[in-house]
Amino acid sequence: MMDNKMIVEGSLQSVDGGFSFLGRLPYYRGLGLSMIEDIQVTVDGEVQPRESVRFAVRGKTYTLDEMETCYDNRWNFGEKAQIIVLNGGLSAGSHTITFAVRNRVSYLPFVPTTKDTKDLALAA
Amino acid sequence: MSSKIKRGVSLYSYQNETFQGKMTLEDCIRVSSELGAKGIEIIGEQTFWGWPECGVAQDDVDNWHRLIAKYDCTPVSHDFMLDYKRYKGREMPFEEQVASVRNDIDFGARLGMKYIRALVSIAPEVLVAAAPYAEEKGIKILIEVHAPLHFDHPWIVRHAEAFEKSGSDALGFLPDMGMFLFSFPPVWKEKFMRIGVPKHIADYIEKAYEDRVLSEYVILNVQQMGGTGPAIAMAETMRHNAAFEPKRMLDYMPRIHNIHGKFYQMNEDCVEPSIPYDEIVKVLQQGGYEGYICSEYEGNRWIEDAEEPDSVEQVRRQQVMLAKLLGETEVPTIKTPLMAVAAE
Repeated sequence: MMDNKMIVEGSLQSVDGGFSFLGRLPYYRGLGLSMIEDIQVTVDGEVQPRESVRFAVRGKTYTLDEMETCYDNRWNFGEKAQIIVLNGGLSAGSHTITFAVRNRVSYLPFVPTTKDTKDLALAA
Repeated sequence: MSSKIKRGVSLYSYQNETFQGKMTLEDCIRVSSELGAKGIEIIGEQTFWGWPECGVAQDDVDNWHRLIAKYDCTPVSHDFMLDYKRYKGREMPFEEQVASVRNDIDFGARLGMKYIRALVSIAPEVLVAAAPYAEEKGIKILIEVHAPLHFDHPWIVRHAEAFEKSGSDALGFLPDMGMFLFSFPPVWKEKFMRIGVPKHIADYIEKAYEDRVLSEYVILNVQQMGGTGPAIAMAETMRHNAAFEPKRMLDYMPRIHNIHGKFYQMNEDCVEPSIPYDEIVKVLQQGGYEGYICSEYEGNRWIEDAEEPDSVEQVRRQQVMLAKLLGETEVPTIKTPLMAVAAE
């Protein structure tokens, strides 16, 4: 659910050492950060290493490994998190971004991965 | 004939709009109230950012009470989640699960709820251990009986036995009407066809559902018809959904305190084509039910790839249907269009 609303349109920007966009959890509720098992970002067909991804909400930034043991913060329902990829930066222009999130949901008999792909433009 | 059954809405119904910030909490409560659905159910952590890991500020709770009073509504249920898989690779220990339920009992009480909803995967022992605290706080813990589970499933029977043995009246059931799915929902079929299921296979599965064929046979037949990926997934929905009978609720009426009025689509004539609400209302009346039926729209996820869901219109149609089935003379109408509020 909400698959096509995960990536926030028009949110691609350059950051120190890479780029970022805004992402939402594809779920009808929020989740504690320890239950976000993986966030995979693919740019123009190239999968970005897990180590290069950062997740930021309300002024706090986490590596994906740090999130796994974070029990005092959440990715709230509909909350726009900043997804940062430290890849050295992207060229100006349009890029195809795929954003995949794997959650550990207590009541589900499987571990869902949900993804969204959008073309986002980076201003020069 | 008027009925003692009351109408409500689970704000889950408006998730597509609230997720995108197109509806505020006030919009959700006002629209429901205008429709005469005065009982409000929430998923605590959907409606209140921060819950449970970060807590909820008293200002936000005060605002909730202000809105409930402003629109003359009644808090019905806080649906809690209990993430017992919070720790990777190990289940949350028993005592911590019980403490977590107590925390949700406290939150339910702060919100003025009568009930808190437990997911069906939670062990009965956890709920039984939390029951004395629920009694103290004037809250009942209701386990949601939801497809693929049903009232004759051994897991639910085990809950019922544990509840009886506990002697506590703070433990009960919240049946989700999706377990009485008597036809394959048209929005499901259309979605599966959009993602590649050939029409003859989709037609076959729809007919097999109608004929109550065992899911395992349907899956094999679909394989032999050459079905792959999405076609198998469509057939597999029959493993998780079946046309159980509404009258199965009758044995459990003394412990049924809230109802999820699940629906996948309400057509223009205000009929749910796959869930037998006329029969459901009859059974509930026969069983002397006096609680709420809370609308729970879940068609959004089945159509969002093709069109933007209009959750408010869907809830309106279901409320019109419920009001009619309950013998109300007034047709529920929305007096304040959302756009008018946005323009203010």
